Amino acid sequence: MSGPGSFAGIDIGSRSIELVIFDGGCPVRQVKVPTTYDPLAQCEKLLDGMRVNRAVATGYGRRLFVESFRGIEVSTITEIQAYALGARHLFPEVRTVLDIGGQDTKVILLAPHGRVAKFEMNDRCAAGTGKFLEFMATALQIPLEAFGAFALRSDKRIQINSMCTVFAESEATSLMARGERAENIAMGLHLAIVQRTVGMLRRVGMEPPLVFAGGVAHNPCAGKLLEEQLNVPLIIPAQPDMVGAIGAALHGMAGAQERGTRCDRKS
Amino acid sequence: MKEFERAGERSLLSFVEHKEAGGRVAGVYCLFASTELVRAAGAIPVSLCGKKEAPISAAEKTLPPNLCPLIKSSYGYAVTDTCPYFGASDFILGETTCDGKKKMFELMGRIKPLHLMHLPYDADGGQALAFWLQEMIRLKGFLEEQTGRSVEVRELNRQIKLQNEVRKLLWQISRFSRAETVPLSGLDMMTVMETKSSCSDLEAYAVLLRRLIKELEERCAAGVAVHRRGAPRILFTGCPVGTGSEKVVQLIEECGGVIVSMENCTGIKGQDLLVEEDTADPLQALARRYLRIPCSCMTPNEGRLNLIRGLAEDYRVQGVVDLTWQCCHTYNVESFVVREFLETRHGLPSLHIETDYSSSDTEQLRTRIEAFLELIA
Repeated sequence: MSGPGSFAGIDIGSRSIELVIFDGGCPVRQVKVPTTYDPLAQCEKLLDGMRVNRAVATGYGRRLFVESFRGIEVSTITEIQAYALGARHLFPEVRTVLDIGGQDTKVILLAPHGRVAKFEMNDRCAAGTGKFLEFMATALQIPLEAFGAFALRSDKRIQINSMCTVFAESEATSLMARGERAENIAMGLHLAIVQRTVGMLRRVGMEPPLVFAGGVAHNPCAGKLLEEQLNVPLIIPAQPDMVGAIGAALHGMAGAQERGTRCDRKS
Repeated sequence: MKEFERAGERSLLSFVEHKEAGGRVAGVYCLFASTELVRAAGAIPVSLCGKKEAPISAAEKTLPPNLCPLIKSSYGYAVTDTCPYFGASDFILGETTCDGKKKMFELMGRIKPLHLMHLPYDADGGQALAFWLQEMIRLKGFLEEQTGRSVEVRELNRQIKLQNEVRKLLWQISRFSRAETVPLSGLDMMTVMETKSSCSDLEAYAVLLRRLIKELEERCAAGVAVHRRGAPRILFTGCPVGTGSEKVVQLIEECGGVIVSMENCTGIKGQDLLVEEDTADPLQALARRYLRIPCSCMTPNEGRLNLIRGLAEDYRVQGVVDLTWQCCHTYNVESFVVREFLETRHGLPSLHIETDYSSSDTEQLRTRIEAFLELIA
């Protein structure tokens, strides 16, 4: 059980919710659950029985959380801020953060002192995000977790032109109809999202070191292709989907410290 | 402010009266339509520019879905006959500001008498002005034919003065937001600006604007602010917005920013450009003024960058949000130039948003806007 000096960071994404609890400056607990159709109930389950002083929420469900969650002090920050803080905490030298999540791709450029200098995010369309890979894995009847390794078994590189999930699926279908190997189609689909991501990285003026976070960072093919095309080594955290929740918790701690100092001055 | 929110209903009533007295109502879609000329011919101009999502699906029966929402909404209102302003309009003035619009107007012309003004693409070229003057003359001919009233030089000069006065007042109202404590939110400013394109009586409208100026002076003196302390000051630019398509404006202010200036054509664009008064050839004076409107349909469009720079300095702007309606190619391409101009020449951060009228991307937009405000705060 966490003591009175503990801070929770919760990242409510489109596909999964991650919770990190910091106590005395160290992460003492990290949990991940699927978002489901009732993200709030999932959050309640996650936080049930945990004594935290303060929670900071991020991710697309952050507003819902703040509006409905009672009992502890809660605030929100955007995923941009959360990923920047989290990545910086794990890798103090980081200059660029790439986060490919369930429905968003974010590219964040940090100034040398760590502040967010610039960011890019896909618009409403989830083309080229985790959702895209999930749909395509289903179309090829491969479990999502195995999709990257499957694509790495390809023996040639074919170009898939469509970035739209629906169009890409029909493009994949016509390739299958022509007898193309499923591994090669999978590789083509990975190449498509990597090319799009590289475009976003170039637009913000990517600087190494580059941290690759978010659920898609688990995918070995996405990582390999990114390194190949960018010609820089990628830093992938041990738990890439926890970075946002870590950043949120750190934000709460920093806020509390600031207020603490203010109180000290007063007394 | 309440008076401005109710202005729409009132003007509709006055259109009916005007028509009963034998007058005509002209439906217009763009800043390039000379309202002075319309009024001098005895008609009242009313903006029909589509700002709401509702009629879009009806428009998509005829128009391709991947067309800008403004064109689809405008056409949708026309075919469904659900806009009382469109219903009240006796004839339509269209303009060739973009390819989508000019082809849509061909179809709209089947519903009501429609005059299409052909725009030159180059505001500075000598040939452009001569061409545009001919278009003014052609417009005058159409208006006279529709209203049965000929445009007199004296009346046209009177209308020029009146319209200039309204422009000066709107400019003055927007200038209040230069203050540290901004007395009018971007959303309210949008409402005020919106009324300018549906008012029937310019003189009465000027009275209303003067009253608002007094109110704003009082608010400023009392230090009333519409935002929290230290809210990032935002300049809004890009495509036009209005009631029904205000989602980005609303999100910026919900997320804690304050819009101090709107550069777009539903905002301050063109309000700084006055028509030369009391000339012997007012049509020439009108042609000169209207050609200087810095719309992205012009190439090059240096005027917009100059206006943005001026506003950014005067209003001590901290960030710029540039809105493009999906498939508006001219504003979309120009967004690169705007961003480059702001970032490299002025060190001002900017956020480019491409979206449509639907609310489907509200939460994604909220994240981007919030993150942008975090970045500049």
